[in-house]
Amino acid sequence: MKLTKIHNLLETEIIYQSQSELNIVSACGADLMSDVLAFSREKTLLLTGLTNPQVVRTAEMIDLELIIFVRGKQPPKETIALAEEQDITLLTTEKPLYEACGILYSAGLKPEKLDTIE
Amino acid sequence: MGSNADSKEIINAEVEAGDFSSGGEISSKLKDLLRKLGTSSKLIRKIAIITYELEMNIIIHSEGGSLAAEVNPGRIDIIARDEGPGIEDVDKAFKPGYSTASESVREMGFGAGMGLCNIKNYADNLEVESELGVGTTIRASIDLK
Repeated sequence: MKLTKIHNLLETEIIYQSQSELNIVSACGADLMSDVLAFSREKTLLLTGLTNPQVVRTAEMIDLELIIFVRGKQPPKETIALAEEQDITLLTTEKPLYEACGILYSAGLKPEKLDTIE
Repeated sequence: MGSNADSKEIINAEVEAGDFSSGGEISSKLKDLLRKLGTSSKLIRKIAIITYELEMNIIIHSEGGSLAAEVNPGRIDIIARDEGPGIEDVDKAFKPGYSTASESVREMGFGAGMGLCNIKNYADNLEVESELGVGTTIRASIDLK
């Protein structure tokens, strides 16, 4: 799924956009960073209510390409700076986590699989 | 184990207790280093998850320590050492969901009691030595194939 489609579906605001073109194949929603680290596929997006810089660090560790903050949350400048450094796209949507996940799921974005590093 | 001629330490850095803002910097450096060494991206992700969980554990739970990576024949070892307080019950610490983290740590998305489980899941071998009042040493090995 391309960034434009995700942007339109969730009516997002773009906080930082990566240089590379995204083609997201799966998604996960979590507020616990260890849960995020249990997901392991590439080309994944993360929907979360947390905005601290560790969210970007966590994304970096598993090569996650896109983070969407839910319920209209705006990340602090440290988070944006780290996303720029790591070239990870940041979006924010007014929609709550459950609804945002549901919209993407209905539009065909599959859930992330657990523990799939073979 | 780390002192033989076939073993090469590629990173060794101090980790400060409670230093959340730097949390993950060592793991990030190691990730870059492994990429330059031509390690496969799947292997790098495994190693990065383990290293990052260990690094955050030192920041969250310990009184300070260090994080190192060693390349050995056929495997990479990640070694986390800290200077206390030690893990009271190691078996319990491996139970999914068991946590001694504070509320403020949990609010940041950490301390959910899944860290050691993730490490165990992704490591091919894991050794934990812990003594109360002395400290903890964790060696996680990842096979390079």
